[in-house]
Amino acid sequence: MSNHDTEKQHITPYWVYGLILVILLACTFISVDVVHYDLKAWSVGIALGIACIKGTLVLAYFMHLKFDNVLFKILVAAVIMLFVSFILLTFVDYLYR
Amino acid sequence: MTTTIPYKSYLEPHGKYRGLLDWLTSTDHKRIGLMYMYAIGVFFMIGVLLGLLMRIELFSPGETIMGPQTYNGIFTVHGVIMIFMVVIPGLSAVFGNLFMPIMIGAKDVAFPKLNLFSWYIFICGAILAVLSQFTGNGPPDTGWTFYAPYSTQTGTNVIMAVTAAFVLGFSSILTGLNFIVTIHRMRAPGMTWFKMPLFPWALYSTAWIQLLATPIVGITLLMLIAERLFKIGFFDPALGGDPILFQHLFWIYSHPAVYVMILPAMGVITEIIPTFCQRKVFGYKAIALSSIAIAGVGYLVWGHHMFTSGMSFTARWVFSFLTFVVAVPSAIKVFSWVATMYKGSIALKTPFLYSVAFIFLFMIGGLTGLSLGSLATDVHVHDTAYVVAHFHYIIFGGMGFAFFAALHYWFPKMYGKMYNQRIADIAWLINFIGFNILYFPQFVLGLQGMPRRYFDYLPQFETGEILSTIGGFILFAGLIMMITNLINGYRKGEKALDNPWGGSTLEWTIPSPPPMENFDTPPVVSNEPYDYE
Amino acid sequence: MSDVAIKHDEHRDDIGAKLGMWLFIFTELLLFGGLFLVYAVYRNIYPEDFHLGALQLNVTLGTLNTIVLLVSSMTVAMSITAIQKGNSKLSMRLVLLTLLLACVFLVNKYFEWGAKFEHDLYPGSDLVLQFKRGSIIFFGLYFFMTGLHMFHVIVGMVVLMVLWFKLKNTTINKDDHVLLENGGLYWHLVDLIWIFLFPLLYLVT
Repeated sequence: MSNHDTEKQHITPYWVYGLILVILLACTFISVDVVHYDLKAWSVGIALGIACIKGTLVLAYFMHLKFDNVLFKILVAAVIMLFVSFILLTFVDYLYR
Repeated sequence: MTTTIPYKSYLEPHGKYRGLLDWLTSTDHKRIGLMYMYAIGVFFMIGVLLGLLMRIELFSPGETIMGPQTYNGIFTVHGVIMIFMVVIPGLSAVFGNLFMPIMIGAKDVAFPKLNLFSWYIFICGAILAVLSQFTGNGPPDTGWTFYAPYSTQTGTNVIMAVTAAFVLGFSSILTGLNFIVTIHRMRAPGMTWFKMPLFPWALYSTAWIQLLATPIVGITLLMLIAERLFKIGFFDPALGGDPILFQHLFWIYSHPAVYVMILPAMGVITEIIPTFCQRKVFGYKAIALSSIAIAGVGYLVWGHHMFTSGMSFTARWVFSFLTFVVAVPSAIKVFSWVATMYKGSIALKTPFLYSVAFIFLFMIGGLTGLSLGSLATDVHVHDTAYVVAHFHYIIFGGMGFAFFAALHYWFPKMYGKMYNQRIADIAWLINFIGFNILYFPQFVLGLQGMPRRYFDYLPQFETGEILSTIGGFILFAGLIMMITNLINGYRKGEKALDNPWGGSTLEWTIPSPPPMENFDTPPVVSNEPYDYE
Repeated sequence: MSDVAIKHDEHRDDIGAKLGMWLFIFTELLLFGGLFLVYAVYRNIYPEDFHLGALQLNVTLGTLNTIVLLVSSMTVAMSITAIQKGNSKLSMRLVLLTLLLACVFLVNKYFEWGAKFEHDLYPGSDLVLQFKRGSIIFFGLYFFMTGLHMFHVIVGMVVLMVLWFKLKNTTINKDDHVLLENGGLYWHLVDLIWIFLFPLLYLVT
């Protein structure tokens, strides 16, 4: 039961949020633009890769994960790993049918 | 908290209102636990009666008391009630609410209002589930698994039953969320993770399963509803869907849900055995971590329900392998319990008897589970009475008997009264014998080829089915005896001591029944739990 | 009688509250996770039909909505900085701006869905049922996923409104703003899910 007054508080400056938004928007435009090139199988990978970068940025900065309790980082990582293992195990079925 | 408060039990009126409203508006974790218990008790008896009806139908070949459609409805209702309304919330919502906060030295759970809210959601879901039997075009006849594509096509009241399961899942999620935060944030000063009793440990692992697996079934059930309403085709082969995908999604939740049932049961047993042996639990860390291991690996074994569904061969052996892996931590627990008894001074009281019965029945259930988890044998006994016997040994013999053990163990603490121990012991014996006569023949019947979910059977199965039905009545008699004895204990039992069994965890350091705020002064913990030396 | 009830002191635990919110977010992520799993399976079975389906979607409107959600995510994050610095006026304005952007998102979505319905592109319509099987599934998934997401946007708007009123009557203030942080987390979740929905539905052609 930690006292809330003693918790050090991290205040993110406005400009950091602004910068993150600019990066996110840039990612979005790249992602939309890349569709016009014929990259075959790569196009899915690139789209998802960019989405992952964007997701990480939102988690780390907008959702404060970078500055928060280490427990939250571990839990988020664990949940993502769990979801990935769901996908992998399901595809052990679908890819080998 | 500065002056000592006069002792006042949580059972006495304390809120703005009187009578029933006093309880329905109370956010006290102990009261919510009791409210869950009364509700679950009622649903359990409904489920038992439905089960008994099925047994009567199977007493002789041919139509005995009902036709096939009624039978289909009854086993579906029996499954939905027993799984979603009794065993999944059972131990964690009842005894988790009642005792977990006390055992970790907290005043209440982290979000008491949310806790009360989950109870109301639970009741709403339960009402929906019961309503689904009496409204629409007859009770759902899909089995509690709601397998597509049949569940998307049958004319019966599937949507309401599925909605009920969805709502009940929501309640389960919120309870899990509450417990995780409570255990993380509200342990008494000095109670490190490895000084925490093992029942809270088990609840902690359980809570993670409730939290992370339930949403998957939630979305699956939503898709099923959408499919029925809008013809989307998620699981309909005619529209491009894949029914096996439904089975995947369903079991991604429903297999871990088995561990939601059994992990708290194991936790209860781990509390009871050291107390009645007056001996430190053997392998504390192994038991604590095996709970986490079961929760973790338990997520990855769902495919063993689908060996005959047409899943790829690679997937089959992978899931079979993982199934054998998950048996290891369960076995670690069993060894630890037995090792705890070794050279202990054992007191053969009712809770201990139920715990021993648990170990015995759980071993049978677990080992037959392994024969179902291996590919070749599963093909032979898939969807037979063998499976029915297996999961009743796990769910009823395991979780059910652990629930009875917990009930007899904590009863004096809950009500401050003691039941008649002699009658309780006799009821235990009747339950144990009745249970085995009821379910053991079904292993044999299954091996001989008796399919599950059939209202009729070939003449050669008659002996086994009759035996099984007789066992059902014996078990029913034992249950009635047990419940009557407990009610009598509550009404006119002797006053119970604060620590009647000589337990060492925190709930035995406070008066029986516990006061409103659990502890007059917040406890400070320095010893490890189960320190009997 | 009631003196015992009053003693029930509310101890405040910001980290506990935030942990609770994160746990709730995990359940939401896995709820959509189940849908992403379904998407992945069917895309794997019907890559061509999904390609054709995605061509029917309006990328411009989709991109516009992505931008709207990203900006709204930033404004709600900034409102926390504002309240931490004690500027509750600015914080309220930022929450209101977020709410406004959420409305823009919904209006946009209305036009997008409206156009689909006009062309008979909705699950169970006679036109869609004549499609190849993979395309039927694609449109089913498109409506189900964006529909569920839209439901979350609406819930998020209610949350934002509550936050605005709590800021107004100073329940949320410089020293106690965990509610705003938790509400913000929920809104970011809505954004996070869209970040993955957008490329999967609109761009993977």
